[in-house]
Amino acid sequence: MKKVIMGNHALSYGAMLSRSQVIAAYPITPQTQVVELLSEMCADGTLNAKFIKVESEHSAMAACIGASAAGARAFTATSSQGLALMHEMLHWASGGRLPVVLGNINRAMAPGWTIWTDQNDSLSQRDTGWIQFYCASNQEVVDTVIQAFKVSEALAIPSMVVLDAFALSHTYEVVDIPDQAKVDAYLPPFNPPYRVTPDDPRAFGGLTGPEHYMELRFKLQKDMEKVLEMIERTGREYEKQFGRYLGLVDDYLCDDAEIILVTSGTAGYTAHVAVDEMRDHGLKVGNLRIKVFRPFPFEIVRRLTQSAKKIAVVDRNISYGHHGIFAQELKSAIYGHGDCKPVFGFIAGLGGRDITPASFREVVDFTISHDRPEEEIIWIGVKK
Amino acid sequence: MIEIRFHGRGGQGTVVASKILADALAKEGNFVQAYPEFGVERRGAPVISFIRIDDQQIYDKSRIYAPDHVVVVDPTLVEAIDVTEGLKDGGWIIINSDKKPADFKFPAKFKVATINATEIAVRNKLGTLATPIVNTAITGAIVKILNLTKLETLLAAIGDAITVKPQDNQTAAREAYEKS
Repeated sequence: MKKVIMGNHALSYGAMLSRSQVIAAYPITPQTQVVELLSEMCADGTLNAKFIKVESEHSAMAACIGASAAGARAFTATSSQGLALMHEMLHWASGGRLPVVLGNINRAMAPGWTIWTDQNDSLSQRDTGWIQFYCASNQEVVDTVIQAFKVSEALAIPSMVVLDAFALSHTYEVVDIPDQAKVDAYLPPFNPPYRVTPDDPRAFGGLTGPEHYMELRFKLQKDMEKVLEMIERTGREYEKQFGRYLGLVDDYLCDDAEIILVTSGTAGYTAHVAVDEMRDHGLKVGNLRIKVFRPFPFEIVRRLTQSAKKIAVVDRNISYGHHGIFAQELKSAIYGHGDCKPVFGFIAGLGGRDITPASFREVVDFTISHDRPEEEIIWIGVKK
Repeated sequence: MIEIRFHGRGGQGTVVASKILADALAKEGNFVQAYPEFGVERRGAPVISFIRIDDQQIYDKSRIYAPDHVVVVDPTLVEAIDVTEGLKDGGWIIINSDKKPADFKFPAKFKVATINATEIAVRNKLGTLATPIVNTAITGAIVKILNLTKLETLLAAIGDAITVKPQDNQTAAREAYEKS
């Protein structure tokens, strides 16, 4: 069934179709309409879930952790400062190996107080042990939530499904809402091997000394490494059921490209338009949109950038005192593999400043006209 | 691709108008993208919303700077802001107004149409006399003037989207369609 829905509601539909059993949320700014629609679905019986209204995002994640530990499929959604407040609990979810799924609307961090998009909120949670998916369309949001539960529950690692504020969250697009019976077949009920239950008492998250702790982290990393293959496999299964492949990257005309743009989120879709225009002018440009940021898809990124002469990474985020974060990742992925090609690190669109096809033309013009980046960061659209 | 910009005031249902139009266009198999101006809405303040329409997947997620057409839901905005900003030559300016198109002094490169959506809304008891809800009426005029969808498709989209007085809203859209 096709429906015109906004990105916030795409998250709600994903959580509903996944038959989430517990939804915990703090219903005030920076919360969005994601949980508003879910609360209505819970109230009218569309979704048979317990909706827990909590007093902070920290508590929202804590409630999801408790629910997941008891064997319930748990979902929450937040943004910016709300995600930051969850930080401690994010570690607890991944360390506890609890497959919670969290929808995060990428909103820039305050101050200045803001509700517009950039990726610093979610990328600040890079090292919490969560899988991170970055979406570019409302269709991708619905599909990815369902896939995220599948992957998370298979490997006992939580997932964050991330989308840009406004550019997706408040933008209406046509979405093919997957059929519930088919989703049920793809995503059977959550059935963890261990759960908190009075019938079978166990200790969870207890004191762990130096003789055991490192092995827990080793196992988390080993399972994290399996996520990439799992996403590709479940993505193909999803394609069989629903006709849409959900992979690690979205590569567009990379094979013969001399310059490859590396992008993420909605900017990665706009880059597509710019690539078409530049190809019409004879420029061999491709676009590699990274969909899965954690774990980082090293191999496919190396393979797709292999024949390019230069790489231009466009980051809607910044690690202060360093580079844009995807630029760092790209460098670490290709270093020591094949030719050492220049990686140009551009920063654009912070705090919701628009990224347009012209922004990418500027990026490509700079990259063509310079042998080396010369500066650590090349700023696009900043009033200096 | 067709890009349209809507000008209204917070509380008039401008965003809903673009959403209903998107629903109707999607029903006829188009790809659509509709979004409000990215910001904080306040009742009475000027608001903007946008719609992109194409027969193929829409990849451009940037904002619309050079619309093909503009729709002015609140006629007082014509004096307050430049509703033609970025408007392409030959584009339509569709205004909710009791005046005639010739009463508006826009450059000749634009085409002007007026529809008295306020009168239609008030007569169909949509909203109140002080704050009539004109959005459904204006969609009727838009689809007719720009030849976007069949009237029946628009009426079906209104029936799906509007829960309060759906039939009166459909009547308003039909009247505006027939008068345009």
